[in-house]
Amino acid sequence: MSKITCECGHVNPEGTVLCEACGKPFEANQHLNNNKPEQLLNMRYDGSARRSQTYQRTFIDKTWNFFSSVKIGVSIIIVIVIASALGTIFPQEMYLPPGSDPSTHYKDQYGILGQIYYQLGFHNLYSSWWYLLLLAMLGISIVIASIDRFVPLYKTLRKQKPKRHPNFMKKQRIFGETDSGNIDYKKLKANLKSKRYNLYEEDGNILAEKNRFSRWGPYVNHIGLIIVLLGAMLRFVPAMYMDEFLWVREGETKQIVGTDGIYYMKNKDFILETYDMEDEGNSQFRESLQKQSAPVPENYQTNAVIYKRTDLPVVPGKEPELKKVKEAEARVNHPIPLENGISLYQASYQLNEFSSMTFKLHDKGDEESNYGEFTVDLIEPKDEYELENGTTVKLERYFPEFELEDGEPKQVSKFPRNPAFIFEVDAPGEEPEVSFAGIGVNIDASGNNDYKLGLTNFETRDVTGLTVKKDYTLPIIAVGAAIFMIGVIQGMYWNHRRIWIQPKGAGVWVAGHTNKNWFALKKDIDRTLEGTGIDFPVDQQEEKDAEERRKDDGIISD
Amino acid sequence: MELSAISSNLLYASFFIYLIATFIFGATVKMTNEKTNKKLGNAGIGLTIVGFITQIGYFITRWIAAGHAPVSNLFEFMTFFGMMLVFGFIVLFLIYRITLLGLFALPVALLVIAYASMFPTEISPLVPSLKSHWLYIHVTTAALGQAILAISFAAGLIYLIRQVNQEKATKRTRWLEFVLFALMSALGYIVVASGFGAADYKTVFEAPVNEQMTEITYEMPAIAGPNDGELVTEGAFGPLFETPGWMQGVNAPVKFNTIIWSLMAGLVIYGLLRLILRKRIAKSIQPLLKSASPRLVDEVSYRSVAIGFPVFTLGAIIFASIWAQEAWDRFWGWDPKEVWALITWLFYAAFLHLRLTRGWEGERSAWLAVIGFAIIMFNLLAVNLIISGLHSYA
Amino acid sequence: MSGKTIKKKKKRLIFRSTLLVIMLSLVVFAVASAFQEDGVSVEEGETAPNFALKKFGTDETVELKDYRGKGVMINFWATYCEPCKDEMPYMEKLYPKYKKKGVEILAINLDTTDIVVEQFMREYQLTFPILQDKDGQVMNLYNIGPIPSTLFIGPDGKIEETVIGPLTLDKLEGHLQDITPSS
Repeated sequence: MSKITCECGHVNPEGTVLCEACGKPFEANQHLNNNKPEQLLNMRYDGSARRSQTYQRTFIDKTWNFFSSVKIGVSIIIVIVIASALGTIFPQEMYLPPGSDPSTHYKDQYGILGQIYYQLGFHNLYSSWWYLLLLAMLGISIVIASIDRFVPLYKTLRKQKPKRHPNFMKKQRIFGETDSGNIDYKKLKANLKSKRYNLYEEDGNILAEKNRFSRWGPYVNHIGLIIVLLGAMLRFVPAMYMDEFLWVREGETKQIVGTDGIYYMKNKDFILETYDMEDEGNSQFRESLQKQSAPVPENYQTNAVIYKRTDLPVVPGKEPELKKVKEAEARVNHPIPLENGISLYQASYQLNEFSSMTFKLHDKGDEESNYGEFTVDLIEPKDEYELENGTTVKLERYFPEFELEDGEPKQVSKFPRNPAFIFEVDAPGEEPEVSFAGIGVNIDASGNNDYKLGLTNFETRDVTGLTVKKDYTLPIIAVGAAIFMIGVIQGMYWNHRRIWIQPKGAGVWVAGHTNKNWFALKKDIDRTLEGTGIDFPVDQQEEKDAEERRKDDGIISD
Repeated sequence: MELSAISSNLLYASFFIYLIATFIFGATVKMTNEKTNKKLGNAGIGLTIVGFITQIGYFITRWIAAGHAPVSNLFEFMTFFGMMLVFGFIVLFLIYRITLLGLFALPVALLVIAYASMFPTEISPLVPSLKSHWLYIHVTTAALGQAILAISFAAGLIYLIRQVNQEKATKRTRWLEFVLFALMSALGYIVVASGFGAADYKTVFEAPVNEQMTEITYEMPAIAGPNDGELVTEGAFGPLFETPGWMQGVNAPVKFNTIIWSLMAGLVIYGLLRLILRKRIAKSIQPLLKSASPRLVDEVSYRSVAIGFPVFTLGAIIFASIWAQEAWDRFWGWDPKEVWALITWLFYAAFLHLRLTRGWEGERSAWLAVIGFAIIMFNLLAVNLIISGLHSYA
Repeated sequence: MSGKTIKKKKKRLIFRSTLLVIMLSLVVFAVASAFQEDGVSVEEGETAPNFALKKFGTDETVELKDYRGKGVMINFWATYCEPCKDEMPYMEKLYPKYKKKGVEILAINLDTTDIVVEQFMREYQLTFPILQDKDGQVMNLYNIGPIPSTLFIGPDGKIEETVIGPLTLDKLEGHLQDITPSS
């Protein structure tokens, strides 16, 4: 185990398959690239000494070598692919209908398979520790495999010499010998230059090379991927990422969560528009709209006023002094930006929450009679209401959202979703009467009331649901993605091409190699050799294929 | 004539032009004279380009008529995908000049476009989340990426039919027949669906869905009826059996029934062909492909992945993330469509690594191209139709 | 083996170890963060964050930091919370005794409608100060999940105890004793 000195005089690191300088195949190391004596050379990593292939001593080295293997990397990818697919069989927990209980939902909806799915934890697959671990292993594999390959490949390509070993030349896929003739080297060089090849010369041997940079593409795109993964990881740092939700009722001004009490917003109006079939501007959609059973939404929008607090430092809970910053609209695809990278996204809504109710006092038996009307504001109701005829209606109890439990009204939330009231009606000179009124209920407490309170009208308001989002990892991920794209384009849309030309006696040898796109390399060679007196080299691989085919055909026709 | 009518006529026209071009490419198979071959190839590609321009005409007129880029539902997306397939083919043909590629890539494109027209074709309005410039930036780039990747399937298929040893039945020959059968099932679906569509066939059932009696309309005779369903239409055919209860949703029995019909139709077409040819389909095609150089076909297959992969990444991952960030406040949310885009991406990444560093060329690479196309089609159809998610617009 | 090779190998081992350790710690960080429950309430032993809320039915603003030196019990409640109704009478019972000993009860109400609170106070005849947190700002500040939730804050301003769910009379008295300032 030590350095290999080549016959050309170059000293190679151990594990080298082809001499860095002249390309001579080292007998003892050919197995590293699966090279067989009778076959063409495998040119992976230009035969450079990949470190993972050499030492395997310590635990660290073994771990390193494990992750350095492309086989392991691809295996990890395949496992991730299978795991990811599993996660799409049934919906993930986050996409269940709001309010459903995952422990029963999967069983109820998908039966025994759903139950198993839930119990295996597949309902939260993408945030499970083992899925994260798989992604992390892929990340580690990318880092180590790239380092192990980039460094030796870079060194080899830098140390390569124009003069190549005969065995290297002969075992290239593109190879040709011209025995003698009038060879016009000048024209050859000019041709190569016009095809943008860089020329290197040594004792009359020529190396024409172009697009070496494309060999770095894979490593550049791997750097991009690592940056993306690191960026995604930074989301776990609380200062980098915030995801809050805010419900604001129309007319209400509310502190924007996640802004440390600095920002407030008022919901001036929530708008839900649907496509109107009759509208001339929608005539092209008429046929499609007619088929729909429900109206098709056209726009969700919150007209908001953004305020900033001026009484600093912030004391939570204290009535704020607000300064208007701006009026803005939050629509789907058009969030409202605040300062510091925080944005408000239109995400949800609830329509028609009650805001006020109007009652009419009338005789119990006669709906037409009318002793006056009053309107109860459901957010801040008054204690009592004076009617025109001098009657007072006292609001004894108010339940914003009520449920009957054992005949007793019970309050279940603070939102006026299903309001109910206990009223005491005090008509002048008469006994006070108590009645219970709500939507669809009107109970006479004593059973012998003279009056009744009937609901005549109500008003509603909408509630908008906004997400408050901050994600400082976005620029990092964007940079990572951009680097990835640069790398992948660099590696895929350009190819590293090399042509070696060696004078041999009166004639010349030509060999060519590319990391991909042999078709274009052959075209390059054909064009550059034209009129130079050099014979076109052959694709030894194609020749071999053709020979095999002839053999096959022979067998078939026998 | 109304603009939308012109638009559909242009689409029809392009379909028939592609069809004729396919036959011209087909004619090259039997030709031994290189000169006529070249002429035919030129005619074929010329006609394909004419068809492509006609289809661009469809695209532009429909865009004008709708007021938004026509890539907003399954019909529009699939026709666009078909158009991009043709575009990908044109590009690769101009590089490699393989006429055989036309014989395989164009039928795939035709199948995709015909399949598209089985979905509702009316111009539909955009829901709020689709109202963004990213609709056409993301969708068109993603479709282009997928289409170029699909060309590798066409080339891979040529390779496999050309190279898989057909002397005796093996696992490989059976899988290859299965791939051909799958293509015929797609064709079968188109035939059956257009047939019953033309006859305006309808059977109505009543069945409990989420504990509520719901009306379910079949547009093909019900082989598999709804679970616990009751036939409403009098004298209608079927059902022969019921859809299993674990298939949830109003549309599950209809979809299940459609799949059965497609497979049956595919089986009939396949069976008829087998009867006529009296040998494996691939074996019958094999001699026609003798002139193709397997190594060149293999390179075309690889090249289309190399060209398509960056485009797919840009369109289906990066642009998708930017839009998702804007519309749904997160650039990645593990929605099934997103997950399957990631799966596609990882799969082709694995393809490239296996090829570049482990020497998976030729047949192995061709099989991978077939699997890759299956994943793309799964994401295109199954995720929209079977797995519901944010992307189910059809 | 020459000295140079050994040195090189050593360098390589150090490089590999360092990189592996860095990557391993990143993985541990990610997995650990993914498993951290978010929304952990304000920790016991920490200084209770300050707030200022309006005292119900008055214009007076009450600020927590003004109670330094006294024991403070903060109770989050609402009229629609059933268990709150059970523990309110205990608080009312013990309030006069502990007020003299230097313990204040601040009951933070989370309703939005004044009249509902008024009616509740009348029904249960509450005399300790009720603070109003209509927006739930202080509730968010303290990361309160279910109600009732009660915090006992010592004279030094540090949170001694957090109780989620209703209290019995005995338990309540015990906690109040713990935060009574030593005279």
